[in-house]
Amino acid sequence: MIRNFFILILVAAFATIFASLFLNYGSSETLTPLATYYAENGAAEVGAPNLVTSIVVTYRGFDTLGEVTILFVVASVIGFFLKKTKHNNEEPAKRESSEIIVTASKVLVPIIIVLGIYVFINGHLTPGGGFQGGSIVATAFIMLLMANPAFEINHRIVHAVESISGIGFVLMGVFGLLLAGGFLDNRFLPLGTFGNIFSAGAIPVIYSLIGLKVGSEMSNILSNFQAVQNEKM
Amino acid sequence: MAIEIISLITSFVLMLIGLYGLLSDKNIIKIIVGFSLFDTGTHILIVTIGYLKGKTAPILDNAVGLTDVSQKIVDPIPQALVLTAIVIGLAVTALMLAYALKMYQAKKSLNIGDYKTLKW
Amino acid sequence: MNLIIVIVLCLLIVAMAVTAIMHKKLTISVLAAGVVSLLASVLYLLLAAPDVAMTEAAIGSGLSTIIFFYVLNKIRNVK
Repeated sequence: MIRNFFILILVAAFATIFASLFLNYGSSETLTPLATYYAENGAAEVGAPNLVTSIVVTYRGFDTLGEVTILFVVASVIGFFLKKTKHNNEEPAKRESSEIIVTASKVLVPIIIVLGIYVFINGHLTPGGGFQGGSIVATAFIMLLMANPAFEINHRIVHAVESISGIGFVLMGVFGLLLAGGFLDNRFLPLGTFGNIFSAGAIPVIYSLIGLKVGSEMSNILSNFQAVQNEKM
Repeated sequence: MAIEIISLITSFVLMLIGLYGLLSDKNIIKIIVGFSLFDTGTHILIVTIGYLKGKTAPILDNAVGLTDVSQKIVDPIPQALVLTAIVIGLAVTALMLAYALKMYQAKKSLNIGDYKTLKW
Repeated sequence: MNLIIVIVLCLLIVAMAVTAIMHKKLTISVLAAGVVSLLASVLYLLLAAPDVAMTEAAIGSGLSTIIFFYVLNKIRNVK
């Protein structure tokens, strides 16, 4: 009873803060100075039509590097926690998937993977990018797991893809530092024609590497959760 | 009433609902659900702050063109920040669920009241 | 027209959030949280943020619901 009372007081306090924030909210009509700079000079400096991509990959590239690092740390911690040990590993439960899912996965998995690759290669032209494309690729992996619960990905390949794309991401940053203006500067490759797929310097390369890294890390997390399903508790 | 006012109210209500669920429920899975609702509310709030009335998405295609860009698009910075936050939110949720699974394996209970060892 | 869509979306989001918190069954609670993410992605699209909408649809309502169900399945198998 007294606990509920405290919770209500806490929620009411938050509601007061939110109400005062809401009453002071004035919808603005113009961009902030920083956003104005990005909007006016982004196309000429970075050469990517999608301004969100140019902010995520180039202007605030360190954010993305830190985020990919966090994702890597989470994937390794989950792998450590949900590790398969020898003594608690029993035979996987015999559970046949339905015919519909098995047939549909054969048709859909290649299409989903191609869609994911399309999304992260075109990240600088259309909405989308490495994070979205990587998670779409991981969705194809879920489909495979649903069709065949005993399916196991080849961990060696996933780890190789993850390490190579991570190293490649940092190397691209170092190339930018050596050959252009600074870390993760994309202008060491030619900017090309505005709006073409081979344009915007290194952004397609960097975003593809991010997409591969995110996709393999998400697949790794999912396969760890799948592996614990067959385990005796 | 405009779009941004309504979505601002929704984000605040969503955060309050998430906070209430986070604090009042005893089930660990429900606590994590409340946390993810709070997360979604925060993301809607940040995107709403970047929204400008009558402007279009920050993608410089043929419809926007290359001149007077800053008069035509919404603020791209909050969108870039939320993009990062959503992925980290998934990572944190997955980590909490892995902990919950391990806690369940240890004590066979999802009730947070059964875990007395953390209290002092 | 957009205004009506946004009002209906926001009412649905709040209703689904209340369902997610109040419902006794964990399965329905997790599904309702996934629906909140899915509706939020439509809201992002109306707020002129297509990048965020794609991310939320793929991650918030896809992958995170799947991970919740893996954990629920494991817990149900033991009981």
